[in-house]
Amino acid sequence: MSLKSKDLVGIKELESEDIELILDTAAGFKDVLGRDIKKVPALRGMTTVNLFYEPSTRTRTSFELAAKRLSTDVINFSVSTSSVVKGETLKDTALTIQALGADFIVIRHSCSGTAHFLANNLDASVINAGDGTNEHPTQALLDLFTIREKKGRINELEIAIVGDILHSRVAKSNIYAFKKLGAKVRLIGPPTLVPDYMKEIGVDIFSDMDKGLKDVDIIMMLRIQMERQGKGFFPTTEEYFMNWGLTAERLSRAKKDAIVMHPGPMNRGVEISSDVADGRRSVILEQVTNGLAVRMAVLYLLSGVRT
Amino acid sequence: MTKEILDKKDVERAIARMAHEIIEKNKGVKSLCLVGIQRGGVHIARRLSAKLKEIEGKNIPVGSLDIALYRDDINVRKEQPVVRRTEVPCEIKNKKVVLVDDVLFTGRSIRAAMDAVMDFGRPSAIQLAVLVDRGHRELPIKADFVGKNVPTSLTETVKVQLEEDGLDDKVVIE
Repeated sequence: MSLKSKDLVGIKELESEDIELILDTAAGFKDVLGRDIKKVPALRGMTTVNLFYEPSTRTRTSFELAAKRLSTDVINFSVSTSSVVKGETLKDTALTIQALGADFIVIRHSCSGTAHFLANNLDASVINAGDGTNEHPTQALLDLFTIREKKGRINELEIAIVGDILHSRVAKSNIYAFKKLGAKVRLIGPPTLVPDYMKEIGVDIFSDMDKGLKDVDIIMMLRIQMERQGKGFFPTTEEYFMNWGLTAERLSRAKKDAIVMHPGPMNRGVEISSDVADGRRSVILEQVTNGLAVRMAVLYLLSGVRT
Repeated sequence: MTKEILDKKDVERAIARMAHEIIEKNKGVKSLCLVGIQRGGVHIARRLSAKLKEIEGKNIPVGSLDIALYRDDINVRKEQPVVRRTEVPCEIKNKKVVLVDDVLFTGRSIRAAMDAVMDFGRPSAIQLAVLVDRGHRELPIKADFVGKNVPTSLTETVKVQLEEDGLDDKVVIE
């Protein structure tokens, strides 16, 4: 078994069997992470470069640790102290990094399509760590892994994604992933952030949170980006919380065994209340741990496609 | 062309003898831990453990080791080997670990398995038990307990099929 592409640019490009392979492989790596010695020699001699054009701590740290656990060397390329500030183009920067011997380039960029562009122009494996409002495939994979671990399956589950769908690459990757694996997806949020045309991709849309959460198995909250405030998407964060914030009372509309997810970083009191975020049903910190295992699986499987 | 080298009875006898040899060499079963190399080795390890219990009346823990991440051909192979779960049910530190595999060939899997075991702790000793030794070593590795030595040519393949996989016990050369 092996992946078909040398790159992971999006969930859209994967087939359901590719997704299953990544999740199965990640289960093996989660085992490794539970040991005293959490490092395996699998990819020794290879090099991973984290090329982040946008701020990120958790995704970058997660990729860095995943790469190190597999024994690759890791370089964190910091854009603010690089030749990028001297005007070097993205392609030239990437080619330079490749010429230094990088096997994996993990890219985050504010422009949608960046990962595709690099994948087409480089021999190295390109892994998308978030491109604009397009995709964030490893986040979706770790979400799938977490759900599969908790529920034993993805197929036929009722999954609600709540918040700023319009600007969310996490939501897009997850919607593709859930649809491919047979889950039923509903999107909840203000019409300004969950436009009606999204129905075309085969999801249900609710602007009333209480109705939308009825009988769901999974509640996936998204971060409300503070910079969206005052741009006409919603009046104030307080008002947002009143209508679409996840509280214990709202959680009770979902199934009794429903779980609460959030890709982080959270805005407590804006999209989620603290008692829910820290509560029994929250799997938010497990998502972080699973992210490591999933990213290890992605690096490992892509290394097989290249050789 | 297929040639049967061990039938059901032969497999049973070989495992029984190896169990006795393990007890003899280790003067009992104290601090012993069996670790089967996935996938064929795990079945043999379980059978050895059952036999040891029959003889000595003690439960010997059986682990199941996935060596995919320790292989030396990871940058050579076209496809990455499937990563499976490793289960080591006992502390490895200061244990006598008997690695168990179905077929001993180049010795490369055993090298990988030893590295993998070491990552779980420092065993007091590692020994090796194999159902079939077909020769053609590429590393200085030798089994302590062998079910059957089978001279083979490099073009042949040795197949071990076991009841655990829904087939009759036998070993054939193709």
